[in-house]
Amino acid sequence: MYQGTSVRPPYARLEDWVAAMPQELRHLKQAEAEALFRRIGITFAVYGEGGDPDRLIPFDMFPRVFAAREWAKLEKGIKQRARALNAFLVDIYGRGEIIRAGRVPSRLIYQNEAYEKAVAGIVPAKGVYAHIVGVDIVRTGPEEFFVLEDNCRTPSGVSYMLESREIMMRMFPGLFRENRIEPVDGYSEKLRRTLESVAPKQCPGDPTVVILTPGHFNSAYYEHSLLADLMGVELVEGQDLFVEGAHVWMRTTEGPRRVDVIYRRLDDAYIDPLCFRRDSMLGIPGLMDVYRAGGVSICSAPGAGVADDKAVYCHVPEMIRFYLGEEPILQNVPTWQCGKADDLRYVLDQLPDLVVKEVHGSGGYGMLVGPKASREEVERFRAKIVEDPGNYIAQPTLALSSVPTFVEEGVAPRHVDLRPYCLVGETIELVPGGLTRVALTEGSLVVNSSQGGGVKDTWVLAE
Amino acid sequence: MRLKVDHVTRYVYDQPARSVVQSHRLCPSVFAGQKLVEWDVTVSGGQKGASFRDAAGDLVQGWTVAGPVSEVTVRVQGVVETDDLSGVLRGHRETVPPEAYLRATVPTRADTALHALAQPVEAEDTLALDHALSKAVADAIAYQPGVTHAHTTAAEALSLGVGVCQDHAHALIAVARVRGLPGRYVSGYLFSDASGAAHEAAHAWAEIYIAGLGWVGFDPANRCCPDARYIRLGSGFDAQDAAPIRGVARGGGQEDLDVTLAILDDAQTPTQRQNQ
Repeated sequence: MYQGTSVRPPYARLEDWVAAMPQELRHLKQAEAEALFRRIGITFAVYGEGGDPDRLIPFDMFPRVFAAREWAKLEKGIKQRARALNAFLVDIYGRGEIIRAGRVPSRLIYQNEAYEKAVAGIVPAKGVYAHIVGVDIVRTGPEEFFVLEDNCRTPSGVSYMLESREIMMRMFPGLFRENRIEPVDGYSEKLRRTLESVAPKQCPGDPTVVILTPGHFNSAYYEHSLLADLMGVELVEGQDLFVEGAHVWMRTTEGPRRVDVIYRRLDDAYIDPLCFRRDSMLGIPGLMDVYRAGGVSICSAPGAGVADDKAVYCHVPEMIRFYLGEEPILQNVPTWQCGKADDLRYVLDQLPDLVVKEVHGSGGYGMLVGPKASREEVERFRAKIVEDPGNYIAQPTLALSSVPTFVEEGVAPRHVDLRPYCLVGETIELVPGGLTRVALTEGSLVVNSSQGGGVKDTWVLAE
Repeated sequence: MRLKVDHVTRYVYDQPARSVVQSHRLCPSVFAGQKLVEWDVTVSGGQKGASFRDAAGDLVQGWTVAGPVSEVTVRVQGVVETDDLSGVLRGHRETVPPEAYLRATVPTRADTALHALAQPVEAEDTLALDHALSKAVADAIAYQPGVTHAHTTAAEALSLGVGVCQDHAHALIAVARVRGLPGRYVSGYLFSDASGAAHEAAHAWAEIYIAGLGWVGFDPANRCCPDARYIRLGSGFDAQDAAPIRGVARGGGQEDLDVTLAILDDAQTPTQRQNQ
């Protein structure tokens, strides 16, 4: 927020807002926000991290603010990445040019658990595999942004973006009159249009879109039902859909209705027991045959996960150069792959200064933050890395930016990251905003809700 | 050879199923060693569903049967002309990179015993190595039906020392991977002549990828490479992935399965008829 001792311009107006809010009022407002979150039932763990599904994720009322100019750069960078990731997926399930060209090692792709042989040769409608790309971004300086990871399957958390805004507008309508803040409520309309735009070619008229959820016990069920509601489409479970002939149908009170686009919030492994896990009770038998024959679209397309593997992540800048002929606008965090001998040597040498992650892990588990870890923790992790080097990557500890956050004593800086949601269909769209996660513990760099993180409203100021 | 196939699979449900969905790979592969003369698949009460050729070259055909249904009969009838190509899958159109088959699945994962079986095998080139690996598998796992089952892994079959064609194929895929060679499971049919030398008409074997030559079939169960007696249907990582029929019945309770299969030498059939 601060640049030297002065407040960075985007936050200038908020200074007065804070000054005019005595502590009592702040506590009152905080309690009100929590009550609102509870009432709407948005208590799930962000990004399916597990933990108590009924636990409320702390909401910090101090918004995170981007100036229009800052956002313009982010937007360009994120869209560029989403385009490259999709080009990559079409390529590796097709001719594999990037592998033939020696830019990405074939082993990393074809022997990857997330590579689906079943969809080799398939080009989904409009050439899109990943329709909703969640790009996790951190800031390390006024003009310096890094991408931490890409999420190409079914990134969650967008309901926090929508509800945080809703609650802020309800509690502080004045703020939204005084500041010109770009709206985010167009997200659901854009999502619906994106999904409709990738309906199969053989779809006769207006496409029927559904959201496929694993069910109400899923930690992100609230988000599934919110999106279905906002888009005006059906929320279905596997048992509500069936395959007959060459199409997928939905059971309705007026009889079966053909389904054209399925926005699934269910992993590949569970969507069709005939193709993937036979024991899955959540999926639709025969779905993959219909999909592969072009009778239905699945978003994200099966097999998309191979693009967001943490080892594949290292090659995204190369993808941008290879497919788009452009230089990456957003940088990757420098990453050492422990599977490489040279990298491994460096990592083991510098372990106390590094952040180490499991290649397939998520949610801040199975992760070492060197500078914050005890000597024993570092040594325990060292043994794990030596045991299975290919399973780990390491990154430098970044000087994450911090933004003003309400704490007990008043306002203090806390570290944040950002996940915007890029929509890819016939067009590429990015709603100005996203989910800001904040590490509420002083000095902490881990923003995961399972590790004491909270969420904030994210503002993009209009020009 | 000119082989005639009559293959009937009957599913009986002890309670009527609400619906049945199947995915078939029941059409012989198209390559230099096989030519379809006629081929027909029927499903009692079934409606044809999605159909496409996948990147591994297999023709996939979906079927659905609306319930209530207590019995479904899948009948495959046809005639195929085959040539002996010494197991080489020449002229087969497919685009899955061979390297994708280096991935282990549960039944084809190599344990220490499979590693120990694969490692000492020596040969002057890859083709000879593959023959030697196939022989090593045949020597280590004796053909004996009734001991292993559908979910037996290669490692389990090796430790039992007995198995059927499915176990041989899984084991060969595992040992090939240990030696860095992509291997895959092939399902098909096998003609048995009067001598009874060959067994298991609904058959399975393995293919190993050899640079320069392509995919080559090896049948440890019969200690040979597929020849004109073999009809190739489809391939996959393992038996489940390559299954000619996959199906799910909603409701239906217990499922009973009954298979009859006849593979005849079509060229001889008229003579036999005259004799009768």
